[in-house]
Amino acid sequence: MAEAKSDFDPKDRGHGDPLELPRLACGAMAESKPYVATSGQQNALGFPGELAPDWHDKAIARLGELVDNSRALRVYLDSCVKCGACTDKCHYFLGTSDPKNMPVARQDLLRKVYRRHFTFAGKYFPWLVGAADLTKDVLEDWYSYFHQCSQCRRCSVYCPYGIDTAEISMAGRDIMDTIGLGQKYSNEIIGKVFNIGNNLGLPPKALRNTLEGLEEEIEEETGVAVKLPLDEKGADILLVTPSADFFASPHMEGLIGYAKVLHEAGVSWTFSTHASEAANFGMFIGSQENMQKVALRIRAAAQDLGVKRLLFGECGHAWRVAYSFLDTLAGPFDFLDKNYPIPQHIIEFTHDMIERGKLKFDKSKNDEYRLTFHDSCNVARASRMGNKPGGQFELPREILRAVCNHYFDMAPETIREQTFCCGGGGGLLTDELMDVRTKGAMPRMRALNDVAEEHGVTHMAAICAICKAQFSKVLPQYGFDREGIVSVHQMVSNAIILTGSKQAEEFERRNLVATAK
Amino acid sequence: MLTTIYATAFYAASLLLAVALFRRIWLYAATPAPLKIPTTPAPTTKGGVALRMLREVTLFESLFKANKWIWLFGWIFHMALAVVLLRHLRYFLQPVPTLVALVQPLGVLAGFAMVGALAALWVRRIVVERIRYITGPSDHLMLALLIAIGCSGLAMKYLARTDIVSVKEFFLGLMYFDWRPLPADPALLVHLSLVLTLMVVFPFSKLLHAPGVFFSPSRNQADDSRERRHVPPARLESTPRRA
Repeated sequence: MAEAKSDFDPKDRGHGDPLELPRLACGAMAESKPYVATSGQQNALGFPGELAPDWHDKAIARLGELVDNSRALRVYLDSCVKCGACTDKCHYFLGTSDPKNMPVARQDLLRKVYRRHFTFAGKYFPWLVGAADLTKDVLEDWYSYFHQCSQCRRCSVYCPYGIDTAEISMAGRDIMDTIGLGQKYSNEIIGKVFNIGNNLGLPPKALRNTLEGLEEEIEEETGVAVKLPLDEKGADILLVTPSADFFASPHMEGLIGYAKVLHEAGVSWTFSTHASEAANFGMFIGSQENMQKVALRIRAAAQDLGVKRLLFGECGHAWRVAYSFLDTLAGPFDFLDKNYPIPQHIIEFTHDMIERGKLKFDKSKNDEYRLTFHDSCNVARASRMGNKPGGQFELPREILRAVCNHYFDMAPETIREQTFCCGGGGGLLTDELMDVRTKGAMPRMRALNDVAEEHGVTHMAAICAICKAQFSKVLPQYGFDREGIVSVHQMVSNAIILTGSKQAEEFERRNLVATAK
Repeated sequence: MLTTIYATAFYAASLLLAVALFRRIWLYAATPAPLKIPTTPAPTTKGGVALRMLREVTLFESLFKANKWIWLFGWIFHMALAVVLLRHLRYFLQPVPTLVALVQPLGVLAGFAMVGALAALWVRRIVVERIRYITGPSDHLMLALLIAIGCSGLAMKYLARTDIVSVKEFFLGLMYFDWRPLPADPALLVHLSLVLTLMVVFPFSKLLHAPGVFFSPSRNQADDSRERRHVPPARLESTPRRA
């Protein structure tokens, strides 16, 4: 890994065409592997602690089970014609040049084993159709390359059959978990959610202290007593947000934004300690059982607190799980108020308030920001906001335009449904994968450089905790300011004029002066 | 003797194709889709999904977004194949339907277009490094098979004309179980043997993308998970909602 790092200079590679095709460098990333989960971390999720002697047979059996239980997997494994449409679409391929990071090649790591054991051609003519046995080497490849997929679905946009490599890498990770070869980062985090309630392992007391601290901070800034309630029974809305929002910058600034909007909207709302996490890493490891277990915590919290509405904070894959899977895994939610979307995104909530004229902004407060917006992959390609397809692209942009004066989109082939992953999604946001994360961020960094040069863009807004954390790490490597990544609700927070606040007074005064002149 | 061999072979290949393909399609239909995974933005209604699928299988919409060269050659090949197949219906239907008769003059043109597009796709497989990397022996063989079918078909038109009336009688005879002799022209025999091979290979190869695309959840699901609850298989639905 050290070697691979030395020939990749982000500052040098950060400029150019985001879609530039690399020459193939076979095996360049073969050694990029995340740490293996300990047996304790494995057992907590119902997986065996270590690779069993009969791992091969168990893996094949599990593959069979998965194929029998997933139409997507079965159709995707059968249908690929090797047309090549996806070969230049993965950010990890563009950044690493390793051909096994081409979506089709990544899929083939699983497909060749599937063919060997589950298809006529692969059983009797393996050499003809590229079928292969699951050897230790193939397993090593699985561990490397299924952990170089951020499950961003960019390839699935272009595939003529909609083959989604995310489904393949999820299956691969599920099989590896089942035979005792889990990934430490994701599995440890899921364990923390089961034990404590959130990814960061913030206990209720720390959470309460944090929220109280933020209340003081907001009151100091605005003069308004904005509450950040926790476990408040009888509140109307349960807000579920990634725990990073309670902890780090720029996430926390976004959280302050949610609180201000909810305060100004005049709704009653609360956080929950039991569901103090919107993220659901069960999806990353392809384990529907674990994903469901995490999702059910949200249901339990909503019922215990007696809320009528579910609201989600800025988190990409969490919104996928919430929007697309929550009702299936933890529903039906017939105890919630059907007059509101179940669940609703904080972006939808804020957008709705803006449309109804409930929020006032002083856009000049954001004049130091020349903004662009990074579409997070799971929001862009695996969910929706608002009533119309594509609302997930429009709503956040409309909010940004409502709260700041300088907004510029990046190149069309790098945003909206064609957006590039930040490079840290899908369970890859761990230090030992920094090399592949840095390289995978290259297409996005190039697109950002383009608008920085052309429009003087200084900041990029996002609505995903993973994107924010990833960019905080990689922006400096590419020569940008570490704080160049911001929350959308951070921008809202900067500009919002709370009723009766210091900002409202100041705004009035300025308006009076302006009219007098 | 020749007639018996080919007649038997066509019955066997047709039966195999029908049974194996039906089994596969049934398997696709019977396999559960536990979660909603349309690639978004996606249509929110069933009608919208039908339109998306129609665009996908007639215009190759996604492929168009991906790569204009692959789209161009792939689309030409598939459309030409459709015309060629339609034209071939005249050997199985008496009287010949108007549509098939109308397509007739296009048929030969389509034959050339098909072979040309396949050749272009093959060149890309060899010349483009990324695509060469993902190409296996079966991918080359499939192209070779299709090109050979096209060329042997065209050969009967331009090089070694065959007694097409007898060929039609042979196939009508097969369909009505009243066998008629098959002309022993080499080009015809090669053409028919290759078609038989294709029929046998179809349900066991990547040609399964033809039924597969219709079952692809990322394309055939509506984006309506907040409007209609997607009920999962019992495995997930039976989990107690309270721990």
